[in-house]
Amino acid sequence: MKTGIYPGCSLNGSARDYNESVFALAEAFSLKLEQVSDWNCCGATAAHNLNKDLSLALPSRILSLAEQNGIDEIVVPCAACYNRLTVTQTELRKDPELKNRITGIIEMDYKGTSRIINVIEWIDKYITPNLEGRIVKPFSHKVACYYGCLLVRPYKVLNYDRPEDPQSMDLAMSKAGAEPIYYPFKTECCGAGLSISRTDIVSKLSGKIIEDAESRDAEAIIVACPMCHSNLDMRRNDINKYWGKEFTIPVLFVTQVIGLAIGLPAKKVGLNRHFVDVKVN
Amino acid sequence: MARIGVFICHCGENISATVDCVKVAETIGKLKHVALSVDYKYMCSDPGQTIIKDAIKEHKLTGVVVSACSPRMHEPTFRRACAEAGLNPFMCEMANLREHCSWVHEKNDLTTAKAIDIVRTQVEKVKLNHELQPIKVPVTKTALVIGGGIAGIQAALDIANTGHKVVMVERSPSIGGHMSQLSETFPTLDCSQCILTPRMVEVAQHPNITLYTYAEIESVEGFIGNFKVKVRKKAKSLDEKICTGCGLCTTKCPQKKIPNEFEQGMGMRPAIYIPFPQAVPNKPVIDREHCTYYIKGKCKVCEIVCPIKAIRFDQPDEILDLDIGAIVIATGFDIKHADFFPEYGYGKYKDVIDGLQFERLASASGPTAGAILRPSDGQVPKNIVFVACAGSRDPAKGIEYCSKICCMYTAKHAMLYKHKVHEGKAHIFYMDIRAAGKNYEEFVRRAIEEDHVDYIRGRISTIYEKNGKLIVKGADTLLGAQPVEIEADMVVLATAGVASSGAEELAQKLHVSYDSHKFFAEAHPKLKPVETNTAGIFLAGACQNPKDIPDSVSQASGAAVKVAALFSQDELTREPLVAFVNRMAPPLYTTCVGCFLCQSVCPYQAIEREEFKTRDGKLIKAVAKINEGLCQGCGTCVALCRSKSIDLHGYSNHQVYAEVMALLNEY
Repeated sequence: MKTGIYPGCSLNGSARDYNESVFALAEAFSLKLEQVSDWNCCGATAAHNLNKDLSLALPSRILSLAEQNGIDEIVVPCAACYNRLTVTQTELRKDPELKNRITGIIEMDYKGTSRIINVIEWIDKYITPNLEGRIVKPFSHKVACYYGCLLVRPYKVLNYDRPEDPQSMDLAMSKAGAEPIYYPFKTECCGAGLSISRTDIVSKLSGKIIEDAESRDAEAIIVACPMCHSNLDMRRNDINKYWGKEFTIPVLFVTQVIGLAIGLPAKKVGLNRHFVDVKVN
Repeated sequence: MARIGVFICHCGENISATVDCVKVAETIGKLKHVALSVDYKYMCSDPGQTIIKDAIKEHKLTGVVVSACSPRMHEPTFRRACAEAGLNPFMCEMANLREHCSWVHEKNDLTTAKAIDIVRTQVEKVKLNHELQPIKVPVTKTALVIGGGIAGIQAALDIANTGHKVVMVERSPSIGGHMSQLSETFPTLDCSQCILTPRMVEVAQHPNITLYTYAEIESVEGFIGNFKVKVRKKAKSLDEKICTGCGLCTTKCPQKKIPNEFEQGMGMRPAIYIPFPQAVPNKPVIDREHCTYYIKGKCKVCEIVCPIKAIRFDQPDEILDLDIGAIVIATGFDIKHADFFPEYGYGKYKDVIDGLQFERLASASGPTAGAILRPSDGQVPKNIVFVACAGSRDPAKGIEYCSKICCMYTAKHAMLYKHKVHEGKAHIFYMDIRAAGKNYEEFVRRAIEEDHVDYIRGRISTIYEKNGKLIVKGADTLLGAQPVEIEADMVVLATAGVASSGAEELAQKLHVSYDSHKFFAEAHPKLKPVETNTAGIFLAGACQNPKDIPDSVSQASGAAVKVAALFSQDELTREPLVAFVNRMAPPLYTTCVGCFLCQSVCPYQAIEREEFKTRDGKLIKAVAKINEGLCQGCGTCVALCRSKSIDLHGYSNHQVYAEVMALLNEY
């Protein structure tokens, strides 16, 4: 079984902290993650709003490359990439004619055999079973697990966790010593791509997510999506200005929390790159 | 020699628009043994039938093929016409040119060619038909009503009042059903119990009705007029004959923490209990699953306190064998509960309740004696939200249908709330208001205009708890999908009505069909809404689909009339299209070797064992025999028989072979 990783644009840019923490965990647990060679953009939100063929061709090229690399299982840490890759695989599996057209466009063989997993599934499979005895600094804080929209939806395609009130991240966090709180904003919209064009909307929506977590005495918001992270962390100044409040709750990636719990230094998991100071550990 | 008459119907333009009927008649007329082949605009009309009758007499026909619509439509009509002209009705066959040809094809030569082929097969078949005589079976004039809700009660009383015997079987300890749980009823706001309980008592006291509560259907065999039903009478653990229903045992039972089903889990009951004060019969049962004696082997407090020593801990279940002529299914419905809705918290918020729970809160005999108090802390909710269509009309939830009763009972709930909490605010989120019923629309307008209920057209995306309030998020689609957020103290979900638990199992026992939602299926959606596809079994009430009280009662009376009509005859006539085992002279008797494989595949338990014996009683041969009363003519045994000893009257192997050969051979 060969496990690969598709980083997507975020993990090399705005979410380098996420990337660093994923690889730090891989190193700590001696897990191999081979990057898909010559990868391209997954199309994100833009492609499927403009051109359906393009939105399927881009991810199918990535999946074809993974097949060429002999990768059986691809970890896709970014929730948007995870969603696009899985949607593509499902659509091409359902419709052989569409598959023929798309493989014609990318001029590559495509079998659709690679298993696409998100970062929580990767943790569940390779890290939590080996976590016993490795926790040196339990992350003993109240945490609000924020899944966002793309990790669990659409349920019929992803078939992962429950679309309302998902549990997988809460479970992983309790294994790392944290105390997940009751949090009804788990899958509310953070504003997503409007981060660039309508910062005011992001400020409003992300602000609600943060406000509710703070009001329930959470000490950190945990995410598994670079977009969610940048909206809740990078846009914090805008949010505070919009709401006229001083929200201070830090936002951590699920991988960072586990990294800290097994004793990795803050810098190793990229905490130094956050806009909102992480004082919890 | 066979003399076959063929009658081609145009069915107005239904057939003739795509099939060249004149050409079909001409072509068929040239076939061997066809004495006459004519076409006519409406064969089923009086003049059309006269053509057939005259032809039978004039041409001394031995067989008739009517080429028209589906035999389901007019086979009885034409067979009757043949019989009137002196021809055995089973010498008449139908070729289906409408459903099988003209309706499904374009007008062209191939369509006409197919029509000719269809008629030819029937001509070949009818040549091999034999004269058959209808089978007569007796009728047991006792009806079984399954379910003791308002539909079952109405059906039982109506049948009993025609003078026939009725057995009512109800699985819970009391009859009354969901209607007994309701507070007031729409659109008149009269008290549900007040109108229901007299009828419950009438059932118990009616000389023609035998009531078995705490009982379930074990198995059903037989056929219309002659069902054999086994009923399991679950042990009530007391002697009903001597119990006076004083209720002392129920007050002394130390186990008091069992969620009360009648109160929808909002109250508690003891292990020995009477479901509600007006229960019929008003005698307790012991719930063995929760009784301390049955769990731990000691307690017996009820036995000690019972003044007449009626408790029977070792009472076994009783199996009753009943002879039944007709069955009315009235098993009612269930509702989805709040835990079906992840977006509303999977049932974890105590103050998010379902409609039946609200009925109990509003009921004078309910856990709060009619005061609207929220379950979490017993406070009066100042702001209440009702959600119509919770689950219903939602394909994502797997429930595409409208549950029909929710629009009305939600309006009623909001009204009852406003009548009891004058300063309170009631909001209703709805998709459409479906108030099609006598005085229904007026009732909804009253809720809006007189009681100032706030109707918001839109759906709820989520409900969550914050600072002791339920935050209800939705959209007002009449204001351009503007987001709405309400801080509610209590939320009532008008959850979807679904089939009663165990409906599927019961349907299989009864051999009646049911739909994908496990509701019992009617024989025809418009013209046979009361019948099932199994003769002698009828439907009443919400076991067919969600229904309100007036509809359930009307249908129950309809079912009762069907039963009464059936019981008005002493004998039933059945079509003789049944299987038979061949017979020949001794010493062979039959080619059947007695392997009885047919017995195991017969879906109707219609195959019996027949023994041939010598005069001194020595067994010569044991072979299969078909019970003509039970056989439905499905032909499974015919296909399975290894020695080709079984055949089917009207559809013999020989005839089917002739049909196939007619299609394969040139003409």
